[in-house]
Amino acid sequence: MPIIRDQFVVCNIGLPSQELHYLDDQPTNFYMLGTMGLASSIGLGLALTQKQKIISIDGDGSVLTNFGTLPTIANNTANNFILLIIDNGSYGSTGDQPTYAGKKTSLTEVARACGCGCVIECKGEDTAEELQKALKSEKMTIIVSKCDSGNIKVPVIELDPVVIKYRFMEELNKKNQKN
Amino acid sequence: MTVSEKIVSDFIKNKVEFITTVPCKQLATVIDKIEKCDEIYHIPSNKEDEGMGLCAGAFMGGKRSAIVMQNTAIGVTINTLVTLTQFYRLPLPMLISYRGELGEPVACQVEMAVHTKALLEQLKIPTYHFHKENDVQEFDSILKHTFMSNKPVAILTDATFWNGY
Repeated sequence: MPIIRDQFVVCNIGLPSQELHYLDDQPTNFYMLGTMGLASSIGLGLALTQKQKIISIDGDGSVLTNFGTLPTIANNTANNFILLIIDNGSYGSTGDQPTYAGKKTSLTEVARACGCGCVIECKGEDTAEELQKALKSEKMTIIVSKCDSGNIKVPVIELDPVVIKYRFMEELNKKNQKN
Repeated sequence: MTVSEKIVSDFIKNKVEFITTVPCKQLATVIDKIEKCDEIYHIPSNKEDEGMGLCAGAFMGGKRSAIVMQNTAIGVTINTLVTLTQFYRLPLPMLISYRGELGEPVACQVEMAVHTKALLEQLKIPTYHFHKENDVQEFDSILKHTFMSNKPVAILTDATFWNGY
């Protein structure tokens, strides 16, 4: 958590956003309250239009929903973009139904086949270290973190979407004006 | 100035610098002009909801964005329009080819054409319909209106407007 505290993060819908909000709400977090699958697209749009590093936290189920995102990422290089896929092989927010990524389909290999240059697959416990490495590198990176399914019980986000957007844009604008 | 040139020049005039496109035969010329334009970052998307995600990110990153797509995309993007673009109050000009209108050779396109305006109306999306070439004169005002109101706005452009295809 301390690694992403000061970073600009676009977080996937459902429990991932709710957990991040519960554990460490920051104005630099953009929580998705709807629209499954678009965290990586929003993150890429952000990375291509300004200088700060952007981390999109996505899930395997969400990447499967928006598979077209991987070729778009591969063909529009933004070296300030990191896509962190929490790949637990399950739709965690809807009752842990299994995804195909937990079966025969390897998102790591799909991302590579789509032309994404720097794709790292790691174990859940190594995610923090890999994320730190990716933040130091000036390379667009996709991290596929293979972990177990399971979420903690957290409240829903009651923040208004316009407030989420406003404070995120304010922070981003401030940071971009500074450096 | 052709309608495509006018559209691209109005995008530039209104500082729309990030455009995503999903192709349609009717839109081929305008997409080509967007691709060749130095002032605009052109990012083709694979599906229109993905494109709307890219546009949302670009807008929050400080660049005005727009999407160019076919009317069939309305069927694909309702959830995104409602839970992302409208819910977070993001401006989004949508230049839409209105397939299935007079001059349409493909019967299947008519099936979606008959639902297009009804769906946009249901979603309370301000909608403009370009039928005659001269209608393009309003494009500049429509862009200004979109960024003033922070809403998705639809510009339907039919085959007569594009002078056949």
